[in-house]
Amino acid sequence: MIRKTQVPMREQDPRERIHNFQEVPYGYTPEEAIQEAKRCLQCKNAPCIGGCPVEIDIPRFIAHLAEGDFRGAIRVIKESNNLPAICGRVCPQETQCEGVCTLGKKFEPVAIGRLERFVADWERERGVELPPVGEPTGFRVAVVGSGPAGLACAVDLRRFGHAVTMFEALHEPGGVLMYGIPEFRLPKDIVRAEIATLQEMGVELVTNAVVGKTFTVDELLADGYQAVFVGTGAGLPRFLGVPGESLIGVYSANEFLTRVNLMRAYRFPEYDTPIRVGRRVAVVGGGNVAMDAARTALRLGAEEVLVLYRRTEAEMPARREEIRHAREEGVVFHFLVSPVRFLGERGELAGVECIRMELGAPDESGRRRPVPIEGSEFVITIETAVIAIGNQPHPLVPRTTPGLSVTRWGTIQADEEGATSREGVFAGGDIVTGAATVISAMGAGKKAARAIDRYLRERVASRA
Amino acid sequence: MYTILEKRRLAHGIQEYTVEAPLVARAAKAGQFVVIRLHQRGERIPITLADWDPDRGTITLVVQAVGKTTVELEECFQEGDALADVVGPLGEPSEIEDYGRVVCVAGGVGIAPIHPVARALKEAGNEVICIAGARNQGLLFWLDRLSQVCHELIVTTDDGSYGRKGLVTEPLKELVGAGRVDRVWAIGPAVMMKFCSLVCQEAGVPIIVSLNPIMVDGTGMCGACRVEVDGQVRFGCVDGPEFPGDKVNWDLLIARLSAFKEEERCALERYRELLKEATA
Ligand SMILES: Cc1cc2nc3c(=O)[nH]c(=O)nc-3n(C[C@H](O)[C@H](O)[C@H](O)COP(=O)(O)OP(=O)(O)OC[C@H]3O[C@@H](n4cnc5c(N)ncnc54)[C@H](O)[C@@H]3O)c2cc1C
Ligand SMILES: Cc1cc2nc3c(=O)[nH]c(=O)nc-3n(C[C@H](O)[C@H](O)[C@H](O)COP(=O)(O)OP(=O)(O)OC[C@H]3O[C@@H](n4cnc5c(N)ncnc54)[C@H](O)[C@@H]3O)c2cc1C
Ligand code: SF4
Ligand code: SF4
Ligand code: FES
Repeated sequence: MIRKTQVPMREQDPRERIHNFQEVPYGYTPEEAIQEAKRCLQCKNAPCIGGCPVEIDIPRFIAHLAEGDFRGAIRVIKESNNLPAICGRVCPQETQCEGVCTLGKKFEPVAIGRLERFVADWERERGVELPPVGEPTGFRVAVVGSGPAGLACAVDLRRFGHAVTMFEALHEPGGVLMYGIPEFRLPKDIVRAEIATLQEMGVELVTNAVVGKTFTVDELLADGYQAVFVGTGAGLPRFLGVPGESLIGVYSANEFLTRVNLMRAYRFPEYDTPIRVGRRVAVVGGGNVAMDAARTALRLGAEEVLVLYRRTEAEMPARREEIRHAREEGVVFHFLVSPVRFLGERGELAGVECIRMELGAPDESGRRRPVPIEGSEFVITIETAVIAIGNQPHPLVPRTTPGLSVTRWGTIQADEEGATSREGVFAGGDIVTGAATVISAMGAGKKAARAIDRYLRERVASRA
Repeated sequence: MYTILEKRRLAHGIQEYTVEAPLVARAAKAGQFVVIRLHQRGERIPITLADWDPDRGTITLVVQAVGKTTVELEECFQEGDALADVVGPLGEPSEIEDYGRVVCVAGGVGIAPIHPVARALKEAGNEVICIAGARNQGLLFWLDRLSQVCHELIVTTDDGSYGRKGLVTEPLKELVGAGRVDRVWAIGPAVMMKFCSLVCQEAGVPIIVSLNPIMVDGTGMCGACRVEVDGQVRFGCVDGPEFPGDKVNWDLLIARLSAFKEEERCALERYRELLKEATA
């Protein structure tokens, strides 16, 4: 008989975890992982593979796992995914691999993400097998941005034997994995380990390099790089554009999370960067970023954290697990409300005036558009607000690279394989799609690596 | 990397650092800044490029010790030590053109950042008059360097211990009042830039100021540096730091500079105590 439900994963008690930044789920034990792996039906058509943006051979890795062959399992995963410890933790599995799992039609789907996380952690503890580096080709490629897109692209370019230099604007590589997603959801040691692997493979890393300011894409091409991959992400915060948004106490989610994650403000004054959180905090938005900000605010000592979302729970784009975790920790959700202005006292935030919304006709995304209900305004007292309504593409590289076409949303125009309007310049991840997911950015990086490899061998080599 | 090659005391609490940063030195333009971090636990702070030498691969920073990070830099970083991070050049360069007759006003440590702007304006063909002001003579520095990059230098001190007694706004008012000033630049404390802007606004002379909001990344990613210019929210680090002074919401800028007052005080106190323990 097959278990109807997933083997549960043990987690830190919500009452305790809101006082620390340690990871919430503990991960499976080998026994639990094997037990869960045995639930897989090994479907011939394996719909789960199609649900994964990088097409991991899921039944094959789970088969190894079910037999206790963890090394075999991780090898299968690494054929398609270089960052399984990260994806196992942060992929929105319910809309990807697990969302189409056959078992999920009648019971709970196989916990593919948790299994992937288990084998990746198992490998990290025992020593990671370096992916083989290809014979040197003599070509040099510059990777701009060190988020998941850049990381995935760099690994595969090394496998093909190209020399790779990765340029990162911040002082630490990793992109959103480092500055955005909090420690309690993705321990930074995991990200650092992935980056160390990359360096062991021979990728040269240059931090504090803002491409478009320190030097341009064209200067890289002139300096001996035959191709450039742009993976600069969607790091520009969006604000609501309502009055009072510049009061002290109103943060963008990026500022709030960067101070805490990248700069370790949660350990102020041991670390120099400060953060200030009031007794009552409102987070505006309904995605992963909003959940991360809300749960971070609790851990920084807020007594009450409210999430204000303009649609209903069903439309929330956040991972289900994050919503559940936030609720368990005491985050209070207010649906169908939207801030119309922030109220201040002596320059500091004191409250927010909101209006109630109702769902009207569907918009272009297919979700019903929220419309304000006239006269339904009300005021909530808060001392801190975090705006988490999404990020826009970073304009710096497009603005400083003549001939690089962008869409009307400011994203770089690129084909399926990442080729842009400029020869030798490729792009992928959030800078092409707009804010999306870790795994889709990785997938784009991998595809671009293949296209760059072909470009170098066919076009550039024939020119020489 | 980012080694301090030279360190020189310029005035009370003001030091000049020559730092190895070849990539920044190669790309630097007047009006731009860098973000530095002292060490692995440090915060990111913005400092304007006071000078640079692409051949030597160095940049010059002039820093006033006002809080934990800048005091620690002054007290604990000597020649031969290295900063953990230097990134830049950031921000939009000054819009340098031949405007005709330009007045560059510097308040306090603002003398350092106005220096490359005045130099570029002079090189572009402008007649440049510099006004440099400080509370007293002990806080003045670089007057020789400044006089080399302008046609006329006027110095003021609040207490009259050097140059003219009074604030920089007084000679500025006289100059713009007499006409024949095509543009003004002002760099210094927010209050000083605010009053320079009022003077210019009354006289109908365009004024450019270099805003100094609190920053984190300095690359447009966080919005900590947002300022209001002409009723619009702009990011100081990527849209600026220079903006038309008559359009700036000064009260908002000044209020936002105090966002972390309590934390800043606590950090400085703790630093002093740790230092005392360490040297006891
Ligand atoms: C708080 C938060 C939580 C999230 N949670 C999830 C989740 O649970 N699951 C999920 O799948 N996705 C999640 N996402 C989305 C996911 O993180 C992104 O889709 C993904 O990181 C995009 O990868 P990327 O490589 O395209 O860009 P990024 O990760 O944004 O990396 C871009 C990098 O480029 C650097 N850069 C930018 N401009 C320049 C320049 N000019 N020169 C040099 N370097 C530059 C940036 O500093 C950055 O390091 C989350 C996002 C945020 C912000
Ligand atoms: C674009 C830009 C260029 C700058 N260039 C220079 C420069 O060339 N030389 C120089 O000495 N300083 C410069 N500053 C100011 C410098 O960044 C701050 O003095 C520094 O961040 C203070 O850090 P701290 O930890 O020492 O003090 P904190 O403890 O952070 O602050 C101590 C005191 O300084 C004030 N303060 C904090 N941040 C700023 C700020 N951004 N601007 C002004 N006052 C502030 C606080 O209100 C407080 O009273 C610049 C700032 C910006 C935004
Ligand atoms: S990478 Fe993400 S989508 Fe693919 S199998 Fe793993 S968890 Fe599922
Ligand atoms: S769809 Fe589900 S049950 Fe079928 S092979 Fe994939 S994981 Fe196993
Ligand atoms: S300092 Fe972060 S956006 Fe300007």
